[in-house]
Amino acid sequence: MEGIADLGGTEGWGPVHPTRRDEPVFPERWNARAFALGALAWRAAGANLDAFRHGLERQDRDAYLGEGYWGRWLNAGELVLLDSALLAPGAVDARARRLAGDPAEEPPIPEPHKPGYAPTAEGSLRVLDVPPALAAGDHVRTKTMAPPGHTRLAKYVRGHVGVVEAVQPASVLPDTNAHFVAENPQYVYTVRFASRELWGADSEPFDVTVDLFESYLEKIA
Amino acid sequence: MTAEETAGRPSAALRTEALEQLLVERGLIDPAVVDRLITTYETNIGPLNGAKVVAKAWTDPAYRERLLADGTTATKELGFGGPQGEHIVVVENSAKEHNVVVCTLCSCYPWPLLGLPPSWYKDPAYRARVVREPRTVLSEMGLDLDADVRITVRDSSSEVRWLVLPERPAGTESLSEDELVELVTRDAMVGVAKVAAP
Repeated sequence: MEGIADLGGTEGWGPVHPTRRDEPVFPERWNARAFALGALAWRAAGANLDAFRHGLERQDRDAYLGEGYWGRWLNAGELVLLDSALLAPGAVDARARRLAGDPAEEPPIPEPHKPGYAPTAEGSLRVLDVPPALAAGDHVRTKTMAPPGHTRLAKYVRGHVGVVEAVQPASVLPDTNAHFVAENPQYVYTVRFASRELWGADSEPFDVTVDLFESYLEKIA
Repeated sequence: MTAEETAGRPSAALRTEALEQLLVERGLIDPAVVDRLITTYETNIGPLNGAKVVAKAWTDPAYRERLLADGTTATKELGFGGPQGEHIVVVENSAKEHNVVVCTLCSCYPWPLLGLPPSWYKDPAYRARVVREPRTVLSEMGLDLDADVRITVRDSSSEVRWLVLPERPAGTESLSEDELVELVTRDAMVGVAKVAAP
């Protein structure tokens, strides 16, 4: 989907932040709780990692950027819990207001409707009984599709030509798995793109590799 | 959520506390599990794991070969695996080839080897810019590469997790594996820095 999360190549962000070797893992205490709650929320909601990532990218610009990375995680955890009706809309805010001393009324607990999702194996890697359709050295073009839901086909590589560098193991397809339609496992290919193909003749000379699912790619002669 | 709704919400710190209360009250999460998860990533899983992998690869040529051929199995050999490390691919930096890792879509990162990502890795500026002008970004971060160095940016858009095997600095021939571990930084294993000799 088109959203703030798909950042590759977008402009207007200013300089990079300097690195610090002694940066704490969680600079603020709530960051640590938000991390753990985010990681546990999608399991409680009966969802999967792809659905959680879709929760990250469904946030509007302010929600996505306003409270940094761990704010994003917190919001995504809440979204998957709302999807499964384990939380009512407004429940978190009402409780937070009560914690701040405001006697806000809390909505009643809804009737849960978790997705009927059962993974066929641990994690996202799967073994396929068909060989990969592409091989290292193949020239490919990424599709120009812009699906309305979740996808891992970043916008900046759509419609561009690259070369398969390596065949990676098959993995569940996030586009369908995030929406509990099907795992639809596919081979993943590390595709190498030249910077001038992506950004034009004046760009710095370098390459980018992007790990792309088989259905994102078309082989070209 | 609309922008107006987002703007009027209680702070993230309060919402976090509220969410935890609501989930604990209903038995949906166990606070002890929350604590354990935090402790694991604060104290047990961090860049020291990756540093051990790198130092071993620098001192044991057979290990280096196994690591570059099959990163998942070779890092498991040292006991490192788990969430966000299902499929590890290790790429080697040299005087002429430089790899740098990013995730433009979220902030995917090889947790079992490097821990949770640092703030700059999760920052929109890094995610947006390093796939468009890596030489400029690296220079802003303090790494100036010669014009003849070929840069490859690795965008972690699937479950492949990339680790950079940095160049061993000159003048470290006499150092032991344990002493080398001390030199290896998180930034060098993402590819935004080189390892410096002591």
